[in-house]
Amino acid sequence: MHDKTLTELKAGLQAKDFSARELTEHFLDRIEARDGELNSFITVTREQALRQADAADQAIAAGDHRLLTGLPIAHKDIFCTEGVRTSCGSRMLDNFVAPYTATVVENMAREGAIMLGKTNMDEFAMGSSNETSFYGPVRNPWDTERVPGGSSGGAAACLAARLAPAATGTDTGGSIRQPAALNGVTGLKPTYGRVSRWGMIAFASSLDQAGPLGLSAADCALMLQAMAGHDAKDSTCLNEPVDDYLGGLDQGLDGLRIGVPEEFFPDNLDGAIADNAREALRELEKQGAKLVKVSLPSIKLSVPAYYVIAPAEASSNLSRFDGVRFGYRCEAPKDLEDLYKRSRSEGFGAEVKRRILVGTYALSAGYYDAYYKRAQKVRRLIRDDFARAFKEVDVLMGPTSPETAFKLGAKADDPVNMYMADVFTIAVNLAGLPALSMPSGFIDGLPAGTQVIGNYFQEGRVLNVAHRYQLATDWHLRIPGAFQ
Amino acid sequence: MAIDSRVVARVAHLARLQVDDGESEALSERLNDILGMVDQLQQADVGEVEPLAHPLEVSQPLRDDQVDEPDVRDKVLPLAPASEDGCFLVPRVIE
Repeated sequence: MHDKTLTELKAGLQAKDFSARELTEHFLDRIEARDGELNSFITVTREQALRQADAADQAIAAGDHRLLTGLPIAHKDIFCTEGVRTSCGSRMLDNFVAPYTATVVENMAREGAIMLGKTNMDEFAMGSSNETSFYGPVRNPWDTERVPGGSSGGAAACLAARLAPAATGTDTGGSIRQPAALNGVTGLKPTYGRVSRWGMIAFASSLDQAGPLGLSAADCALMLQAMAGHDAKDSTCLNEPVDDYLGGLDQGLDGLRIGVPEEFFPDNLDGAIADNAREALRELEKQGAKLVKVSLPSIKLSVPAYYVIAPAEASSNLSRFDGVRFGYRCEAPKDLEDLYKRSRSEGFGAEVKRRILVGTYALSAGYYDAYYKRAQKVRRLIRDDFARAFKEVDVLMGPTSPETAFKLGAKADDPVNMYMADVFTIAVNLAGLPALSMPSGFIDGLPAGTQVIGNYFQEGRVLNVAHRYQLATDWHLRIPGAFQ
Repeated sequence: MAIDSRVVARVAHLARLQVDDGESEALSERLNDILGMVDQLQQADVGEVEPLAHPLEVSQPLRDDQVDEPDVRDKVLPLAPASEDGCFLVPRVIE
């Protein structure tokens, strides 16, 4: 069963080829047998999953088929789940059992989804390799000496190893798309505000967005259909109608205008990565798409702008972790200030502390204009570049990541080098656009991904392009040898 | 502007983080690496460009001014590291 896509499993449940309980047990057993090699889960919720599976089987018997009825899904451990530890990959929240459930999780449960457990991630979603997790690094199922990317590394790795047929993730600067690329799976970051952030532990609130990771664009469409929609509990969640993502998948690509930004193919880009993305573009050309050269001159400043704005917002968001109301508290504080300082210093890991310090510095008196305000101005220039490009084209494409999965430890203690892993994904978050990464082949046995960026609320178009590509290719169906 | 141990100590205090003397130097180096990269922003010609805080520039929606939050004290207080008489407990602040 584990070699099937979510869409195929849905059909199997409807045809009663297997029950939701059989399906759920199969994945739970695979996690138990194989996750020791990957560390992709922080918590496995076996009993709850089986209870949900039995309820799904009763619903199926009664003819109640919803979008995700009986389908097992792994949730990133950034989404609050009532009664289940929600750690965000941090010692700070190691003891935190959420008192409520995130809207994303609730929306999917309402459509009949079963939660397998909570996936590992970079601490507070700050990282591109899943090495900053308090629970240890996740390993890439294509080569366990390599990283899975991050921050949704557990989500992408468990999916690639077929320990779960679908997963949720969050993407602040590439945290869905980069791990999707490095693990050979499909991942979509929706338009900012398309999916509710309520109950999703905040990193950088003007950039954070939840989205699906799946084996195919069709699977992502199925999940997004359940995840998206207005939520009064998140004031930034937009009250716009949700498109029929599944209905638009098959649309032909004849006449589609694909913009190819020259900035996504810089001179110093690894030739194999550039060739891989160009090959994907050629496939779409064969299907009738037209390639258009475009330029996004300001996006060369997206990494520096991001590393002011995201840490600034993080330093503010993470001030709530004070050792008073929930989470970690140091032993025997001598006064209130000692309680704050030691609880935070012992509860947060090195990368999280670095970002809090960068953000605090950028917002502090005398530096606000030079850093924060300037970064926000550059953010507008970046957004305007995209707006100009979308007057000429329907989607933009290029490589998702400048490299395939790197070795564990290769960028340890070199944060700036690590930040460059997101050089092609970050601008999309600054502009708030939807973008997807789809598997587009292999380089030396490691998966490579190609990014498809759409205009605001054009998730359907992006999914459609990836789906048509996946009808003509089978990269997305390859399974790592050790996890067949 | 270079970050040294003194700046690290000041910013760490603002962020209520404790930085031990042993880690201060290495941390300063990393922060200088990051700010060095970030300094590319100074090249940008931003002139009269307005700062952008929200990518879609929508305004904040308002809801009806009525209480809709349930009382969750009994659900939330057990999460606190220490509590007493329905309140969060911290070390003595006033002597």
